[in-house]
Amino acid sequence: MTHTFLLEIGLEEMPAKVVSASASQLKSMVSTHLKENGLKHGTVDVYSTPRRLAVRVEELEEKQADRTETVKGPAKRIALDDEGNWSKAAIGFSKGQKASVEDIVFKEVKGEAYVFIEKEIKGQSAKAVLETLADRLPSMTFPVSMKWGNHSYKFIRPVHWLVALLDEAVVDMELFDVASGRETRGHRFLGHSVTLDHARDYEEALNQEAVIVDRDARRKMIVTQIQEMCQANSWQDPTANAALVDEVTDLVEFPTVFSGSFDEAYLKVPEIVLETAMADHQRYFPVREAGEGGSFLPYFIAVRNGNDQGLGFVRKGNEKVLSARLADAAFFYEEDNKHAIDYFVEKLKQVSFHEKIGSLYEKQERIERIADSLVPYFTLKPEQEGDVKRAARICKFDLVTQTVTEFTSLQGQIAGIFARERQESDTVAQALAEQYLPDSMEGGLPESKVGAILSLADKMDSLMSFFAIGLIPTGSNDPFALRRQAMGIVRMVEAFDLPLSISEWIDAIIHHVQNIETKALYEQNKENVSQFILDRLDLWLSKYAGLEKDYDVREAVLNASHDNLVALIDQARVLKAEKQTEQFKPVVESLTRVANLAEKADPNVSVDAEKFESDSERELYDAVTAIQMLNEKEISAEETWKQFVQLHPLIDAFFDENMVMADDEAVKANRLALLDRIHKLARPFAQFSTLVIK
Amino acid sequence: MEEVKTFQDIILTLQQFWAKQGCMLMQAYDTEKGAGTMSPYTFLRAIGPEPWNAAYVEASRRPADGRYGENPNRLYQHHQFQVVMKPSPKNIQDLYIESLKALGIDPLKHDIRFVEDNWENPSLGCAGLGWEVWLDGMEVTQFTYFQQVGGLEVDSVTSELTYGLERLASYIQDVNSVYDIEWAPGVKYGEIFKHPEYEHSAYSFDQSDTAFLFSQFQAYEKEALKQIENNLVHPAYDYVLKCSHAFNMLDARGAVSATDRPDYLKRIRHMARLIAKAFLEERAKLSFPLIKDSETAKWIEKYGVKEEN
Repeated sequence: MTHTFLLEIGLEEMPAKVVSASASQLKSMVSTHLKENGLKHGTVDVYSTPRRLAVRVEELEEKQADRTETVKGPAKRIALDDEGNWSKAAIGFSKGQKASVEDIVFKEVKGEAYVFIEKEIKGQSAKAVLETLADRLPSMTFPVSMKWGNHSYKFIRPVHWLVALLDEAVVDMELFDVASGRETRGHRFLGHSVTLDHARDYEEALNQEAVIVDRDARRKMIVTQIQEMCQANSWQDPTANAALVDEVTDLVEFPTVFSGSFDEAYLKVPEIVLETAMADHQRYFPVREAGEGGSFLPYFIAVRNGNDQGLGFVRKGNEKVLSARLADAAFFYEEDNKHAIDYFVEKLKQVSFHEKIGSLYEKQERIERIADSLVPYFTLKPEQEGDVKRAARICKFDLVTQTVTEFTSLQGQIAGIFARERQESDTVAQALAEQYLPDSMEGGLPESKVGAILSLADKMDSLMSFFAIGLIPTGSNDPFALRRQAMGIVRMVEAFDLPLSISEWIDAIIHHVQNIETKALYEQNKENVSQFILDRLDLWLSKYAGLEKDYDVREAVLNASHDNLVALIDQARVLKAEKQTEQFKPVVESLTRVANLAEKADPNVSVDAEKFESDSERELYDAVTAIQMLNEKEISAEETWKQFVQLHPLIDAFFDENMVMADDEAVKANRLALLDRIHKLARPFAQFSTLVIK
Repeated sequence: MEEVKTFQDIILTLQQFWAKQGCMLMQAYDTEKGAGTMSPYTFLRAIGPEPWNAAYVEASRRPADGRYGENPNRLYQHHQFQVVMKPSPKNIQDLYIESLKALGIDPLKHDIRFVEDNWENPSLGCAGLGWEVWLDGMEVTQFTYFQQVGGLEVDSVTSELTYGLERLASYIQDVNSVYDIEWAPGVKYGEIFKHPEYEHSAYSFDQSDTAFLFSQFQAYEKEALKQIENNLVHPAYDYVLKCSHAFNMLDARGAVSATDRPDYLKRIRHMARLIAKAFLEERAKLSFPLIKDSETAKWIEKYGVKEEN
């Protein structure tokens, strides 16, 4: 017979963002415990609300299987004395195993007989195994934990109750002085405490007490209610904002959706400000007219933790709060409207970007210079070159507006809106709005070239500046999000297909730095910065180019003799594809052999066709020369690989027919020089010796 | 139950309610401060192992929030009702909800929510975990379990409830501007505070003498550090509060550059940390008089000053 096990931890309201993850953590903790104790089971369901984390295990075995444990003792020659009597060693061993000498058997291990005792171990009951589960619970981890009362233990929030039921029976355990039982609690206001007769009653019993404990069901309730409301009012469905739906789901135990309105006069404030005031601060959904490009309407949708009792009060209260927030937003927006961009730019001189790096104004100046260094890599229209300068010269102005001071997450976007309102060109406005993109590891990239230039310049400046003052990310400590910014650089270089060598770009930036100290610091850190970016490329290749398992390919291209990211990506893709072909192994072997010998070449010796002794030498030389001629034009990674494929039989023939390390020094030097030429073709492609060949 | 209506009714109701829960009713502390937390009845008493249960109204000055009496929600000075219970009682959340009921707020007819908000006061080296409590979407209370005070990890956790009285009152009285709140029957909040709000804003933003304030900051800092050395904790702390207020005045005036700002905060934090440590030592010398049980010896051993022979 199998059983159902329920575990529920009841606590004070957890932060919305940890609820779901903590429930999963609890699930894996329970599963691990059962697995390590050899108890088989069926599905494990997870439940969560802001006030509880729970799991229910189905089809749990009655008890662990009985098993036989064999313990090895001394060798037979020690266990028995000359007369064949049990020695002290044997008697001691059997006693130690709580057995007697009668239980001893002999078995051979590596040609020698040893004493063994076989013990029957009774499987523990599921209940006994589950009782020890409580020992694990305090080791759950959270982003921040707290202590309470006079206790020294820490958890996400104070724990108030613990339900542990195996079918109908309470499993005895204790978590932070709270003993397990069968009583759970309903909704804080709508429900009561409820005694569970059986583990399987959990969901239904809590439903009765106004707690939708199944998170997916609760989320669906919210989405359905919102969609019905939108349909009835011809509003756009806002539930595509999954992050907000998720957050709201983890803020309530029993959701009721309602709508409210605000004064139309606030619609003159930029939509994004209204939207942020609603979503970020109040967790409301903004409302738009149905249909493509539907306009913003003076309503909002909110989710209450409770039923529809007194919904009028709730609506009115929420309207009041929102209206105060919007009044503030409108006030800031109007204050900002009194000033031109220059006014704000001037203020940037007073605001520090980082204590040791300088003001925001100075950052802007550096961005302007770096942006300039990027122009040649983009094909821009002549007027766009002016746009790059203008955008860079004012890019940080919104950081001192009152609107951004209040709504910091809107940096950049406000710059774009204000720029447009102040008659800047569309290109400049768009670039300003896109300058912080991508704002997460996988966030969207700038769409415009000028936006990408601004973003690349800003990010590269931050990398070089923070590295220069020694604030380099270590472990999980990356307060300035430099890893994310470096990844942004990799992604933009790839997406805009920029033929850009990172180290050459850094050199160009350093070249224009006037301050001698800064220049020296940049100079000292330039290899660290390039390597930091190449490390992100490694991650990019593994996550986005399907090379997760091809660590050797990644390592081989990252050790190529250049750091042009786009070319490295192409080369990695070619190697990954060619890895499946039959010729891959021989080609790699040939080139690896070439590489090993080419190291011995004298860089001052060049190939002399007169010194060739065999046809194979001449043929290889002709082929290499032809390739070098072709390569004066840029060729693709595929074509380069094809050249290697063509060369490889000639290389092999060369090795078969000629002794490279010939006695004649001149012949030897000439042959090495020829190999070095091939090596010079291969080095920019990959470090071939790193590739794993089967 | 009588209807709770005026601002002073709210104060009286909360006082009565928390007095019944064992809180001492303290009076507002007589030095300018930006929050009820900065009163020695919270900041100092949250340090060390001694129990402490208190409630008081604190007028809190935030010069930068002044709006010349023109904004219906932002004030130079607002009132907080502060409740501190240490160690945090197990049912503190329930008690809080009961206090709202005492004010006539029926949880079934409203949406009361505990939304994560971790609180930090870097200038005093304080940090805690907890929530902002929402009443129909409005933040009416800051609810915190102190974890660190004056840079010291706490021995016993203080639960702190800070009710924003103006917000609660404007909600209960259903007015859109704080100035329309009825303080006492027949007297409006605006009739008492609107003009002072204007004057304080005009002073903080336009008229204050920054050279005078800078010299005050330095003088208060010097005196505080000196008195810390003399182990005179309370006088020293008064000067730290004065430093903090002088800084807030300068900040409102825009006289502190962004680069200097962290430095000023660091100086205040430094003093707060020294005071936290000194307070603990002084209490240990007095054998932690508020501890009424057998635990005293353990704490004296942890913090007590060894007598030199």
